[in-house]
Amino acid sequence: MKKGDRHTPPHTTGMQEGPLAPRESRWQEFWRLLRRNRLAFVGLVIFVAFFLIAVGGLALTSGTKPVFDPAMVRLQEKLRPPLSEPRLEDLRPAEIPTLGIYLLGTDDLGRDVFSRMLQGAWVSLTVGFVAVGIAVLIGIVMGGIAGYFGRNPVRVDHILVVFIVSVGAGLLMGGVFWAGGVLLVIGCASVLVQRWWKKARGKQSVPPVIRLLSQETFSIDTLIMRFVDIMLCFPVFFLILTVVALLPASMYNIMIVIGMTSWMGTTRFVRAELLSLREQDFVTAAKALGVRDWRIIFRHMIPNAMAPVLVSATIGIASAILIEAGLSFLGFGVPPPHATWGNILSDGKRFIFDAPWLTFIPGCAILIVVLAFNLFGEGMRDILNPKLRERY
Amino acid sequence: MLSVQDVRVYFTDNGKVARALDGVSYEVRTGETVCLVGESGCGKTVSALTILGIIPQPPAKIMGGRILFDGQNLLDLGEREMEKIRGNRIAMVFQEPMTSLNPVFTVGEQIRETIMIHENVSEKALRKRCVQLLKDVGIPSPEERLKDYPHQLSGGQRQRVMIAMALACNPDVVIADEPTTALDVTIQAQILNLFRELQRTRQMSLLYITHDLGVVATIADRIYVMYAGIIVEQGDTAHIFHDPRHPYTQGLLASLPTRTKRGGTLYTIPGAVPDPAYKPAGCPFHPRCQFAIESCRIEFPGMCDYGEGHVSRCPVLYERARPPHGAA
Repeated sequence: MKKGDRHTPPHTTGMQEGPLAPRESRWQEFWRLLRRNRLAFVGLVIFVAFFLIAVGGLALTSGTKPVFDPAMVRLQEKLRPPLSEPRLEDLRPAEIPTLGIYLLGTDDLGRDVFSRMLQGAWVSLTVGFVAVGIAVLIGIVMGGIAGYFGRNPVRVDHILVVFIVSVGAGLLMGGVFWAGGVLLVIGCASVLVQRWWKKARGKQSVPPVIRLLSQETFSIDTLIMRFVDIMLCFPVFFLILTVVALLPASMYNIMIVIGMTSWMGTTRFVRAELLSLREQDFVTAAKALGVRDWRIIFRHMIPNAMAPVLVSATIGIASAILIEAGLSFLGFGVPPPHATWGNILSDGKRFIFDAPWLTFIPGCAILIVVLAFNLFGEGMRDILNPKLRERY
Repeated sequence: MLSVQDVRVYFTDNGKVARALDGVSYEVRTGETVCLVGESGCGKTVSALTILGIIPQPPAKIMGGRILFDGQNLLDLGEREMEKIRGNRIAMVFQEPMTSLNPVFTVGEQIRETIMIHENVSEKALRKRCVQLLKDVGIPSPEERLKDYPHQLSGGQRQRVMIAMALACNPDVVIADEPTTALDVTIQAQILNLFRELQRTRQMSLLYITHDLGVVATIADRIYVMYAGIIVEQGDTAHIFHDPRHPYTQGLLASLPTRTKRGGTLYTIPGAVPDPAYKPAGCPFHPRCQFAIESCRIEFPGMCDYGEGHVSRCPVLYERARPPHGAA
């Protein structure tokens, strides 16, 4: 034993080999390139600042006794310019602004614009992120299916089942429970029967009805991508306006509606990426190792397709914020008295000559945040795309 | 162990039908290394993908045949059942180590996934097995390499990782599809040695697909020579190399550079591989064959048995042949 130990040459335990590529993780590399791209870096800084302000704003303006009360009306102090001192003799102690000064002035009801901007920042942030989150989620799933399963045909029976189930669901929601329920059950049962049929079927000939039902019509790719085209036909803003007019006004409805109308770009990106990734060897290799289709899509392919999606998501946040502000400006957004940048702007436009700060402050805030997101998104695109990277 | 019987795979493209596999039969016995040799496009890779059931359908269509593995016909199995076999009982090593690993995951994550899919193993055991696998395929300091991304490894190391992934679940059969083609010669030799050693220590069957006869000579127990979607000759390595009985095999061997032929012009088989959509009638090799006679144009050649498992698809040579191996 001892002898053997002594005779083991030390170098066999770990043949040290130098690193074959510079040991820099992907994040380190990303960070280094981002630092060099100054505009994108500024965008990121503003993005982080906006994030902190929005989260802080939520904490400071909500609750029963908020630190900054955005709803505190002081009619005697209306339309005070920014940085003006409150007239303490007119105010009850509770009405005195927390900072002792109207940092961004007051509006036509004497509400502190600073507090209202803080509250609005949270709205913009959540609307931006949640709406884009919904859009990206839908986009990835739709694009993933179109890109990976795109070649599979849709059969006549698929269309029939979807039709029956959706009519059934529609009737159920419309209150016709009996007919709706029956249709739903028929739809679900036919799926089960089909499965059983597939297993039980031998090599014997199939009756013509079944042959008609299993007639292939168009591909899944056609189905999804034409649907994308149809969605893109509508002017998004007016589509949203229509939907919002029909739905009760609330922040959540707006997020969902914006999300549901802006997933098309992501779908196209993901599909395009997946079409090229599908032909890659590592996908075949994963299949050969027994990985399931869904796992291949979402675990192996989507991470490889995330770069363009992230970029479009960042820019998408900017446009979602813009759409929300536009909706609020038109009075279709988050219902008052909740402040958003859009409705501060809209309230202020009546006093644009007497109190320009009421329009300029939210206007500039929207401009800066949207610009920052766009710059950061564009910078990220340059960094994540190796072909554009050499410029830096 | 694994027996491919009369498998036909046709590709359809715009009404054209390309018969990629036109009735291919071969078998891989337990613990044996079988080489599938042939030019590019003769159906070697298609047959491997068909075994694993990962050939894209459409455009491909399996028109017939059976693939028996452990007594069950793989072509009859459902997707779920095939998933249990892929990577677990039959694994595959691909040609391009550069692109066969997923660039966004570390080597460790990829090996680990293979095991996790097929087996229920604790986190600690999983790690231990990954390290052991990398050690088995000869990667130095495996603990650290586990944390590497594929782009941080060299081509040879990547191919070793691919082999480790294929071996992860101790498969009964490993299909290696030209695993050394993308590597330079010294690394090729290392990987070949690795295959030989692994095959010996693990008693697994190896189906090695290649067009490199030099590789075949070093590694194969038995050889199947493919041409245009059919097997034209099969037999032990010694028989195929020293006594080829099919004009195509003879042509292939004659076109190899050897020490004695130094300086001279290498032999080339005249003509080119037929377009799989427009294969010649009769023997697919007859337009390029120096022994071709009238009947080669019309009749599809049958298998001619020379004994000792050496079979060739050339009746012409069989007619004028020397006596079979056993009788001499």
